[in-house]
Amino acid sequence: MTAPTSVSRDIVESGQRAARRSDSSAGSQTRQARFRVWRGDSSGGRFEDYETQISEGMVVLDAIHQIQAESANDLAVRWNCKAGKCGSCSAEVNGMPRLMCMTRLNDLDLEQPVTVEPMRAFPPLRDLVTDVSWNFEVKKRIAKFKPRPPDAADGTWRMAQADVDRVQEFRKCIECFLCQDVCHVLRDHSKHDSFIGPRFLTYVAALEMHPLDTVVRTAELKEAHGIGYCNITKCCTKVCPENIAITDNAIIPLKERVVDDHYDPLSALVRLFRRKLARDD
Amino acid sequence: MGRYDTHQHDVLIVGAGGAGLRAAIAAAAAGVRVGLVCKSLLGKAHTVMAEGGVAAALANVDDRDNWRVHFADTMRGGQYLNNWRMAELHAKEAPARVNELEAWGAVFDRTTDGRILQRNFGGHKYPRLAHVGDRTGLEMIRTLQDHAVHLGIDVHMECTVISLLKDGDRIAGALAYDRDRGRFRVFHAPAVVLATGGIGRAFHITSNSWEYTGDGQSLAFQAGAALQDMEFVQFHPTGMVWPPSVRGILVTEGVRGEGGILVNKDGRRFMFDDIPENYRSQTADSEEEGWRYVQGDKNARRPPELLTRDHVARCIVREVREGRGSPHGGVFLDISWIKSKITDAPAHIRKKLPSMYHQFKQLADIDITSEPMEVGPTTHYVMGGIRVDGDTQMSTVPGLFAAGESAAGLHGANRLGGNSLSDLIVFGKRAGEYAARYASDNVAGNIDAASVEDTVQQALEPFGRTGNGAASEGPYQVQQELQEMMQEHVGIVRTESEMNSALESITRLAERAARVQVNGNRDYNPGWHTALDLSNLLAVSEAVTLSALERKESRGGHFRNDYPEKDPAFAGFNILVHRNNDGSMRISREPIPEMRDDLKQIIEENK
Repeated sequence: MTAPTSVSRDIVESGQRAARRSDSSAGSQTRQARFRVWRGDSSGGRFEDYETQISEGMVVLDAIHQIQAESANDLAVRWNCKAGKCGSCSAEVNGMPRLMCMTRLNDLDLEQPVTVEPMRAFPPLRDLVTDVSWNFEVKKRIAKFKPRPPDAADGTWRMAQADVDRVQEFRKCIECFLCQDVCHVLRDHSKHDSFIGPRFLTYVAALEMHPLDTVVRTAELKEAHGIGYCNITKCCTKVCPENIAITDNAIIPLKERVVDDHYDPLSALVRLFRRKLARDD
Repeated sequence: MGRYDTHQHDVLIVGAGGAGLRAAIAAAAAGVRVGLVCKSLLGKAHTVMAEGGVAAALANVDDRDNWRVHFADTMRGGQYLNNWRMAELHAKEAPARVNELEAWGAVFDRTTDGRILQRNFGGHKYPRLAHVGDRTGLEMIRTLQDHAVHLGIDVHMECTVISLLKDGDRIAGALAYDRDRGRFRVFHAPAVVLATGGIGRAFHITSNSWEYTGDGQSLAFQAGAALQDMEFVQFHPTGMVWPPSVRGILVTEGVRGEGGILVNKDGRRFMFDDIPENYRSQTADSEEEGWRYVQGDKNARRPPELLTRDHVARCIVREVREGRGSPHGGVFLDISWIKSKITDAPAHIRKKLPSMYHQFKQLADIDITSEPMEVGPTTHYVMGGIRVDGDTQMSTVPGLFAAGESAAGLHGANRLGGNSLSDLIVFGKRAGEYAARYASDNVAGNIDAASVEDTVQQALEPFGRTGNGAASEGPYQVQQELQEMMQEHVGIVRTESEMNSALESITRLAERAARVQVNGNRDYNPGWHTALDLSNLLAVSEAVTLSALERKESRGGHFRNDYPEKDPAFAGFNILVHRNNDGSMRISREPIPEMRDDLKQIIEENK
């Protein structure tokens, strides 16, 4: 027996502890909370106040759904998974870019109304829903993944876990666009035409650091993608619900590559030579 | 069609999850014009929530694996009601489809020699699931999405199909409305692929996203296509049960694949108490052997926690009903116990199950590296769906194809974990290819303007209803009552009397649905959207209930309290649902074709 009785007892006792802890305030106990929700469209709007009953464990999205069912059937909100996996329900809660499904009400001060408004870096469509179509256009402009020839006769590749760890960090991105929302280059300066934003710098980093990829994207990063606009305030990293180290692990290394390739003639030559060798293999 | 925006495509694909995207890629590769319509933003489909992995007999971790074993596992899991041709194609083609994802940029976890790593899962004899921690669905959908971006596919996001359009017997296109402005759009195409996913939102406790309202099944039925095996609804054994707002959210089978155990309130590891006869020879007979299995010992057999989902779900229900459940009506799932087996268990758990760690920490305030989770069954998947041809994925309506969860056949009575993601890419590709071929061989049919106009007027009715008495009800109340009723009467344990009362309820709810009223205007109006969803939810609920009444036995995902045993008399046919001329449903029994001898032999060899 490898799960001895003592282990089983521990499991049950700690389960009961967890249950007691949540029972002390949940389920049976509800309270009234106030929400100030932005209602409007591209022509403008205003905050509307709503009250609803909440219990422990509820997240902001639950409250919005409850308001929708009770008193505002046409309140527009995007959501899909309600588990922090799809990145649909991005909004600004009490002024902070958050996923509504991952924002627990018991982490907020419920003595005050909870303010819920759409992301401000994108044009409002209706209520909490914004037009994020620009993001989908940006991806089309980024040079696609192009792998080196397969390593094995059966057409497959060999990669070490250590070499894919960093790329996997970037690939956790759920495209919630909260990093785009908080980025001052987009939010305050509206440089959507000349800057792709932290989400897509992370996307380019995932391609550039992919062990199989053969394309060099530093020229487009510098010119078309406007990496120079990023001045490393790290706001994007702070709001990422997937805890991706966007600035440190993606953007800064990309900036270094751009500098190496375009501002340091010696390393540019070395890199060019190395890449040529690698491709000639 | 001057009144509406009209889009011409050769192949119209409805749904942009794994199956829809893979179909779109295949059709675009065949050189035809492809339109892709999806209810949400691109990349948000339910596929993104798939956690455990994609099943493919790559044999990277255990070289005894091959397509034959995968085929036999799938047939055994499906209790031999599967479309065996689909099970064969699936097992043979899944490895190539997974390798192809890597060629398009997917980054799977690696073995020590640098190949794609594979993990254990319920019902699979060998470790077979290629995975990325526990976010495999995200990796898959993002890879397909990013690959598709460069193929010139016209993507119509946040656009909902409300009716399929026909020219005589064959398909001619679809009518949809866009969410942002509520404008109607006509899609004109000789071939349509439905890849709309499942029906989980017909139930109260579900792991499914809001989109799973049975649209494809209902649209296909309305267009005259047959549905198949609708009684087989999979209740995943491990959904979250606490706190109430997260009830139903999935806890991946990967937790058990990595060594997680199920215990009741008395601390008993109850899964050892009831091991089905046809799995006895493959199941560990001690906890020690089960642990060795999850650690990769090829001489060990799988622990009973990795039996098929239908069985594990029923064992959990039994524990709860007999008073041995956890405080909130589930049981305990514990991965933290492995600290008694391996050093640095917390870091190991966070590495293998990052998303589960995150989910429980943030939503339930539970640290799964030191505490057990409380879990219980949640509506997860429908094995049944649109009846299709195994090779081409064409439905019984010419030009109308279906793939992924919206199609039936591959999984029979119960789906093995991981077989869904492989289903999407294997049959998504086939559907896209054959739809493109059909579109090349056939010109588009004519669209009847009058029927489009009729459907548009019907769709707008909820706005015009006046608020007097019963007519002033909103759509959410009807939706919620339907979900609760289906959960209670057609859920994990079924009886004839309860299902008969469910049919009566469906009739009453349909009357109420026809009277619901919505406020506001057509711009991004979720109330209106919910009102339109109701007819699809009601249709699939009725199809599930009628099929479940017809199958007077217990098998796979279908459990009847009044017929608790498997009955050989029900082993040889699928149950179909057809549309009568007046729109009502008719049930028939369709014999399963005799299996090829070579496949029979594979099953014998793997018993």
